[in-house]
Amino acid sequence: MSIKDRLSGNEAVAIAMRQINPDVMSAFPITPSTEIPQTFSSFVANGQVDTAFIPVESEHSAMSAAIGSQAAGARSLTATSSCGLALMWEVLYVAASNRLPIALALVNRTLSGPININCDHSDSMGARDSGWIQIYSENNQEAYDNFVQAYRIAEHAAVRLPIMICQDGFITSAAVENIELLADRDVQGFVGEYHPESYLLNSKQPLAIGPYAVSAYCMEAKRAQLEALKNAKQVTLDVAKEFAALSGREYGLFEEYKLADADYAMVIIGSAAGTAKDAVDQLRAAGQKVGLLKIRLFRPFPGEEIAAALQKSKVIACMDRTESFNGRCGPLGAEVKSALFDAQLMPPVINYVYGLGGRDVTVEDFITVFAQLAEIEQTNDGGKKYRYLSLRE
Amino acid sequence: MAMDGNKITETVSWRNITEGCKIEAAGNSRLFNTGDWRVDTPVFIAEKCRQCLLCVSVCPDSSIPVDNYQRGDFDFMHCKGCGICAKVCPFGAIEMKMGER
Amino acid sequence: MQNLIQIRWHGRGGQGAKTAALMLADVVFSTGKYVQGFPEYGPERMGAPITAYNRITDNKIRVHSNIYEPDYVVVVDETLFETVDVTKGLSKEGALIVNTARNKNEIEKLLNGYQGRIYTVDARRISMETLGRYFPNTPMLAAVVKVSGLMPDETFLNEMQQSLEQKFAGKPAVVEGNMQALKSTLQEVS
Repeated sequence: MSIKDRLSGNEAVAIAMRQINPDVMSAFPITPSTEIPQTFSSFVANGQVDTAFIPVESEHSAMSAAIGSQAAGARSLTATSSCGLALMWEVLYVAASNRLPIALALVNRTLSGPININCDHSDSMGARDSGWIQIYSENNQEAYDNFVQAYRIAEHAAVRLPIMICQDGFITSAAVENIELLADRDVQGFVGEYHPESYLLNSKQPLAIGPYAVSAYCMEAKRAQLEALKNAKQVTLDVAKEFAALSGREYGLFEEYKLADADYAMVIIGSAAGTAKDAVDQLRAAGQKVGLLKIRLFRPFPGEEIAAALQKSKVIACMDRTESFNGRCGPLGAEVKSALFDAQLMPPVINYVYGLGGRDVTVEDFITVFAQLAEIEQTNDGGKKYRYLSLRE
Repeated sequence: MAMDGNKITETVSWRNITEGCKIEAAGNSRLFNTGDWRVDTPVFIAEKCRQCLLCVSVCPDSSIPVDNYQRGDFDFMHCKGCGICAKVCPFGAIEMKMGER
Repeated sequence: MQNLIQIRWHGRGGQGAKTAALMLADVVFSTGKYVQGFPEYGPERMGAPITAYNRITDNKIRVHSNIYEPDYVVVVDETLFETVDVTKGLSKEGALIVNTARNKNEIEKLLNGYQGRIYTVDARRISMETLGRYFPNTPMLAAVVKVSGLMPDETFLNEMQQSLEQKFAGKPAVVEGNMQALKSTLQEVS
């Protein structure tokens, strides 16, 4: 049963958290994710959940407390943005290597500096190699749906890894839009109760978590961790299938929008994908074969599947909402190009950087990108492979 | 992925290493002969000892076994030869043999 | 998008322009439409100019950019005329709605030759009379509903009554004051 509502992305995630009713939330406020712990703490105060809320003194402590409580056997979560995630950095790796299925609601905001409170993906992209599962959302509905699915993926016996559910700061986190919520009991039935196999507060089974691993163990530990992360791909699909049966809303590793016969394809992440879909529709109406691939799962990266989906594209635009400072490409561009290379596909790939620090991106901007792709094919001139979109020259 | 602490060895494959290197056993440090890291060795002189047990409380490696309020000789499988026990002993009942294992 | 209506709000931090945009999204949602209400933050400080936006339509909204060609522009603080080109991109078929005690001719002189309709309402006076404090966003919300014809007055007032009673439960005077501000504005905006 679905409940029609209108909510900001932050409110939607806080409601998903209420419906999940986790054991522990530790959080420290930072714009633009503050509303999530703020709203959730009112649920705690009102007795709508029986979560222990820990107002910590920093994001490092927020993640450390989540690690401690999750290790103890409690389903734990937190929320943050930008520099808050950066301050968690050290312990993000600990959460992943200790195989603790913590959920983190990330509201993407640029990392300082220049200091700026608005959206780009530099925070989560910086943490992409920390061993967390990363899922990105286009709008409030996806942020909610992805959060409802988060624990089912993270806690799966073949996975047991922390998961980051990302949405775009302000653009979706502060925007009120229509949404369809699931009934509380449906979410509870879907997510289920948390029964960890091993946990520190189990007096019957002594346990040490996070022991020092000398060189003789460290590589084997990392390789085993990688296997668990790779398993997250199939588990994500399985969970999505079950979620579709419950909600009627379908999710995959990524979304293909009018991609099957597209000559010009755009690969993009987050809220701008919706704007780009409007551009695709306008160009399709004018007879142009353009399409879009929206990333949902970024870690693990579904490279083979993405390469297969792009195999008919003649020219590809990879849209990165962060600067990687390697002088060649952004993180998405690097992943897509490496996936194409391994699949022995060599189409021209133009990597665009856009939307840094909340720079607005419009339907017209994306129409410009597709026009550039067409020009590259027609003139057979790739030009610069790494470009900035809507930059003042 | 429960695993007996005895099975943690330096030959385990990545497929069999415990999840997150978790150790589902208590007190398994007893299994490891860390005493061979020792370069200096304490010697217990029983006739000088008044059983005050001060040495027991300061030993960082719990290497002085106590039975019925009486300390015995050192647990050399775990003693690192740090010499703290010899420093605190008020009665000269522990002597360090420097450079001897 | 069918029957798309786009609205841009200009205010200053602390005046409730963002809240008004979200309240408008709320009340329009209750009529079964698809809505967006979102802010654009600058320095995030009281008094700094802020912009907020609404999209209202019959279909699902996917676009997530700001609005550059609005049908309606609401100016919550008339001192913004000095620094912000409030009619930029504003449709000639649409309207400008200004919180001011001045008359339309005076406002017209402040604009860059905007050809469309201009509506004014003295939200400061209405707010002081009904709420005893300066909260211009409630009157401006009513003004935009009236001018745009988004819904009948009755529907709007009923929805607002329910929403305010929920928001200010236990504060009937606040509900009453706000309702009076809405009613006065519906009559006065012209």
